[in-house]
Amino acid sequence: MINRRDFLKATGAVGLFVSFPLSAFQEPEKVPQRPSYPKDFNAYLKIGPDGRVGCFVGKIEMGQGTMTALAVLAAEELDVPLERVDMLMGDTDLCPWDGGTWGSLSVWQFGPVLRGAAAEARAVLVQLASEQLGVPVARLQVREGLVSVAGDPARHVSYGQLVEGRRIERHLQDVKPKPVAQFSLVGKNAPRKDGRPKVTGAARYAADLLPPGTLHACLLRPPAHGARLLSVDVSAAEQMAGIKVIQNGDLVAVLHARPDVARKALGLVRAQFQPSPSTLDDRNIFDHLLKAAPPAKELAARGSIPAGAARVEQRLEATYLNSYVAHAPLEPHTAVAQWDKGRLTVWASTQAPFPLKGQLAQALGLRPQEVRVITPFLGGGFGGKGIAPQALEAARLARLAGTPVQVAWSRQEEFFLDTFRPAALVKIRSGLDKDGRIAFWEHHVYCAGEAEAETVYDIPHQRILASGGWMGGNPPGLHPFGIGPWRAPAANTNVYARESHMDALAARAHLDPLEFRLKHLKNPRMIAVLHAVEKVFGWRPRPGPSGRGFGVACADHRDTLVAAMAEVAVDAKTGEVQVKRVVVAQDMGVVVNPDGARQQMEGCITMGLGYALSEEVRFKDGKVLDENFDTYKIPRFSQVPEIQTILIDNPSLPAQGGGEPAIVVMGALLANAIHDAVGVPMLQLPMTPERIRKAMEARPSA
Amino acid sequence: MAKTITFTLNGNLVSVEADGSRMLAYVLRSDLGLTGTKIGCGEGLCGACTVLLDGEAVRSCSTPLEGVAGKSVLTIEGLERDGVLHPVQEAFLSHGAYQCGFCTPGMILSTVALLQKTPGPDRQRVAEALDGNLCRCGAHVRILAAVEAAAAKGGVR
Ligand code: FES
Ligand code: FES
Repeated sequence: MINRRDFLKATGAVGLFVSFPLSAFQEPEKVPQRPSYPKDFNAYLKIGPDGRVGCFVGKIEMGQGTMTALAVLAAEELDVPLERVDMLMGDTDLCPWDGGTWGSLSVWQFGPVLRGAAAEARAVLVQLASEQLGVPVARLQVREGLVSVAGDPARHVSYGQLVEGRRIERHLQDVKPKPVAQFSLVGKNAPRKDGRPKVTGAARYAADLLPPGTLHACLLRPPAHGARLLSVDVSAAEQMAGIKVIQNGDLVAVLHARPDVARKALGLVRAQFQPSPSTLDDRNIFDHLLKAAPPAKELAARGSIPAGAARVEQRLEATYLNSYVAHAPLEPHTAVAQWDKGRLTVWASTQAPFPLKGQLAQALGLRPQEVRVITPFLGGGFGGKGIAPQALEAARLARLAGTPVQVAWSRQEEFFLDTFRPAALVKIRSGLDKDGRIAFWEHHVYCAGEAEAETVYDIPHQRILASGGWMGGNPPGLHPFGIGPWRAPAANTNVYARESHMDALAARAHLDPLEFRLKHLKNPRMIAVLHAVEKVFGWRPRPGPSGRGFGVACADHRDTLVAAMAEVAVDAKTGEVQVKRVVVAQDMGVVVNPDGARQQMEGCITMGLGYALSEEVRFKDGKVLDENFDTYKIPRFSQVPEIQTILIDNPSLPAQGGGEPAIVVMGALLANAIHDAVGVPMLQLPMTPERIRKAMEARPSA
Repeated sequence: MAKTITFTLNGNLVSVEADGSRMLAYVLRSDLGLTGTKIGCGEGLCGACTVLLDGEAVRSCSTPLEGVAGKSVLTIEGLERDGVLHPVQEAFLSHGAYQCGFCTPGMILSTVALLQKTPGPDRQRVAEALDGNLCRCGAHVRILAAVEAAAAKGGVR
């Protein structure tokens, strides 16, 4: 994000800067009963006298390229050069309401809103130009923000001249955005708006914003979830020079002008806690979840399971497990809070500035207009920054301390307070008929959630059940710590189980796994992505397990279709896996920024190696045993395979999100490739060397 | 114990009044206001805080301030000169070798150190040299391509 002063200059608001809040840009706050995107395009777009376009959106940039993709959409509809669009994101005073930035939804859900606003703004501008030039609209053309008379380009007026930095009062009904065929920017690789600040260190994240006088706060945390504070002695910490201690009920914090000194002082706080009542650990958790999960909800049913089962020649049942995984964004949760005459401003690493504003107002007894949330760049989110408890901590402490306060969680706190992807189980019951077709299929997922539990395959008798999930509504104590959405929530788990089971069935049917899938597919788009990946990968059909270490998987993630193939090598002695190459094809409708989409696919593939092979949260009795990256293993350079991405052009479908689809296949993809290499199905994620060794030892032949 | 520690920072001599056992990353960010150096783990395990100390890539979260006395420290802010990006920065920019950007300063500085020592590293050497730099967003393949491109152009200034 460009800095606010330059930005406001660029959008013609010079002079307003001195007195935050920027009253001239601010509507008197009306809080709608149910917030929604404003209809007035002025909420999104401001055109400066120099013709620069300020684009105000409540989304945030956490690496997924939203800033650039949305700028492309605005520039496209307005017919201005991309360089002339300045993005201002995630500021609840300056930007229109938004419900939060969730992985792959930004472009799909909000793109049409912004396009509509920009298309209407353009139409109004052209109408204003028509009046000014005395030429009918039909004879005008727009290029690079300049409206001119067709055939007489000397007669022109620029957007900047038309608007002169004012608000546009006129509105038009029913302006249609451009048809796909007229796109000139959408679909081309766009230079990223956030590039230069990110390679120069100028990009600002929450920890980098320090109003004068800020103190850094470190909070006392319990050693385990559920451990209650009994007593605390802060006397030693208090003796350190410059240290301020704040105690307010269970909130105990030490503050200092330097973050590291505050951290050191926290080490001097002596506290006693009652042990956690939790008896769960990463081994007994699955039995517990099965027993304690909420009742099943039927998501889909077709035919009759008994009727299907009656036609079965071979039955196959299996249970698939996956562990808790952490979001582990490289930037831990951070916030800075400042009070000014009863009004609170919070700079926070949050994926949801507007919801956070509401939460802060409620928790602190403020009116919504007394809270402003500003979101700088986020150092990753992946769903974990949908909640921002650190913002409330900072706000409370800042009020008590009477100075601005920064709360930046340490890595250990990040692992302790993260809302993990839930550990989960999927039980699949199925059977093959005499022709090697799936006769029935029952998928019951526990504790992950509903997304993609339904099968993409054409199966006459099926039933899909879900018991609980990441969305909440779980019985208390189901999980020993917080859980939440993790990049493509629930889908990773369900796709892992379904696609692994497909390979197990293919092996029983003595069919090549790709062929087996195609035999059960009707959706032509899915068939096309599978063929696309097949071609680039160079798949040679062979019934599995073939010993080659080849794997295939596919998924339908919110109407983005994705298919992937991989080749792995497994060290028979150690169980170590080296993923040699991964090819992913994706049909995501209209692609706004192809290079950005490929980056997201590569990111999904790389991040997906982690939950597939190495990432799991170890815990015992309420304690999170993984506290840093030495034991919690996220993917590294030495593990990264050769990656090829294929984008399938599909102008018939509006732009879908690309921040998630490719990750949902990764667990299954590697499970199938490892199964193909070692000959045994992999029933638990992550597939650590130890689990692979154990699976190999249990091989019937071994 | 606070004492005066003098070192060269991005080409300029600086003196800091601070406890010499404090770690450099916090002094850079908090005392000196250079926030381009990021803190991702605080324990030498992620590489986000990487700076160059006399040309060597070090983890500034685990480098005591007294250890840099009389030496030369280069941070991400010191790479750009008169508005001209360092070739490694340029390569990261043109290859889209960043997503959230939080690992980027450390990645760039580790790369600068690598290319100073090993002008034409092969992919394996690059992966080894950067293995301690974590990227949660999965920008790895772009980073590898950027490093190779920077190396092909000499990579040093
Ligand atoms: S912050 Fe220094 S290595 Fe992670
Ligand atoms: S770009 Fe986000 S951690 Fe590397």
